[in-house]
Amino acid sequence: MNTREQQQFEYLLRLGDSDLILGQRLSAWLGHAPVLEEEMATGNVALDLVGQARSWLSLAGELEAQGRDADRLAYFRDAFDYRNVLITERPNGDYAYTIMRQFLFDAYHYPLLQQLSGSAHEGIREVAAKSVKEVEYHVRRSSEWVIRMGDGTQESHQRIQAALDDLWMYTGEMLTPDDVDDALLEAGVGADLEQVAWSWHDRVRAVTEEATLTLPDESWMQQGGKQGRHTEHLGYILAEMQHLPRSYPDARW
Amino acid sequence: MYSQFVDTGSDGQKGGQDASEQERAFQARIDEGISIEPKDWMPEKYRKTLVRQISQHAHSEIVGMLPEGNWITRAPSLRRKLILLAKVQDEAGHGLYLYSAAETLGASRDDLLDALHDGRAKYSSIFNYPTLTWADIGAIGWLVDGAAIMNQVPLCRCSYGPYARAMVRVCKEESFHQRQGYELLLEMVNGTEEQKAMAQDALNRWWWPSLMMFGPADGDSVHTQQSMAWKIKRHTNDELRQRFIDQTVPQAHYLGLSIPDPDLRWNEETGHYEIGEIDWDEFWNVVNGNGPCNRERLAARRTAYEDGAWVREAARAHAEKRQKRRAAA
Repeated sequence: MNTREQQQFEYLLRLGDSDLILGQRLSAWLGHAPVLEEEMATGNVALDLVGQARSWLSLAGELEAQGRDADRLAYFRDAFDYRNVLITERPNGDYAYTIMRQFLFDAYHYPLLQQLSGSAHEGIREVAAKSVKEVEYHVRRSSEWVIRMGDGTQESHQRIQAALDDLWMYTGEMLTPDDVDDALLEAGVGADLEQVAWSWHDRVRAVTEEATLTLPDESWMQQGGKQGRHTEHLGYILAEMQHLPRSYPDARW
Repeated sequence: MYSQFVDTGSDGQKGGQDASEQERAFQARIDEGISIEPKDWMPEKYRKTLVRQISQHAHSEIVGMLPEGNWITRAPSLRRKLILLAKVQDEAGHGLYLYSAAETLGASRDDLLDALHDGRAKYSSIFNYPTLTWADIGAIGWLVDGAAIMNQVPLCRCSYGPYARAMVRVCKEESFHQRQGYELLLEMVNGTEEQKAMAQDALNRWWWPSLMMFGPADGDSVHTQQSMAWKIKRHTNDELRQRFIDQTVPQAHYLGLSIPDPDLRWNEETGHYEIGEIDWDEFWNVVNGNGPCNRERLAARRTAYEDGAWVREAARAHAEKRQKRRAAA
């Protein structure tokens, strides 16, 4: 791959890995959610995300042209080759934590996909256009839950505020462009993260205000997921997810 | 027809001259195949039996999410992960339609869940067995969903309208799950030696519990006659079990797997397979709480419900606040 292809490959991994890891996290709720309707909704979002991950990783594999398909990329890369944003690998915690993690990600994911729906790259444009419809529902749902919890009972308010405080330092990475983001924007292929950040801030401000939550003071932001430097959690996620294909590398499933 | 009422002997079940005009009209309607709807008069026993049956079914869907949900995070390909996610999500959906069907009979979902959590209500015992390898996900689809379909297809014509209609939707999705389960195993038996061994091991563990899903033998099944008269059960346990065996044995052979029953034989005269003795001692023990996972399953459901209490309260509190604000505006 030349530099430009290498950058596109990285970019596709970021998109695919973030969806996959968050989908993996969410799917652990099935059977354990607070109410039956939420089993359905969580399952829905997890399904959408894993489906989107499969599309992004397939595109990455095609671009790389080394015979790696989406499964090969999902199941046979170690943590340092994963490019998901750190917020997606945060543990599920309580339902407030899961909801806030989802909301902070959705509020980024939605304008990101809106922009990518106009990408100069046909494959990216198609996957984004299909995914953005799904993510429109994700962000509506997670916003509603943040409001319900924030403006619900005293306990729910405390829990969702604690989640916001704790997750805040994982939000900067999504909105801060690096060389890969800049190069892809330049080529008309990637999203303009500055605009994504505007949209993110608008939504986060409006929703947290309606939820009567207090936004944390701007603080130090964790970085590294997009470059392959992760939290300790990712190793465990991959160990569980990749166990079968790695134990039986010759098997087809 | 009415003579079948005698064995249970409560108000709603007397036949002949003992039955009230209302009861006779009710039974006549069922005999004519006209469905009973929520606002129609019905004997109290009919209502109670249905609530018990529908809620047990709903609970089974919800508890059944656990052994399979177990494997979503470990599914060995993205395609399999999506299929399993969708399947477990469908089960939540089935639970939802079924609780709604029970609600049309005046039961509340919260009360039904309380009965599950404190052990008063039962759910299908099959889910008290563990899922130990990936092949178990295939075996559950093929055998457990297969047995469930055998039980449930006749219920699409049961006398109570909302239940019958819920079953139509459930059965459509279940047959899809069954095919996916079988296809998963087909892939495995055509794979490596280890995969074949996993598939055989799964059949060895799930075969007998699947046969037990049809319930006790007809001679020991107390409520069958009444339920059949009411058309909320359309075939006896043994009839359905036999159908399942006749359907499943050739499918196992096609997979190249052996049925773990040395007494299994084909009877040319009857045109049916005959099986060895079912271990009813195991069956009753699992029903009564001593299966390998009874305690874990119930504890997981209770924990989910208790940990979720604040979420449900928050949703309620928020809805009330909104309503007040709207009223004040």
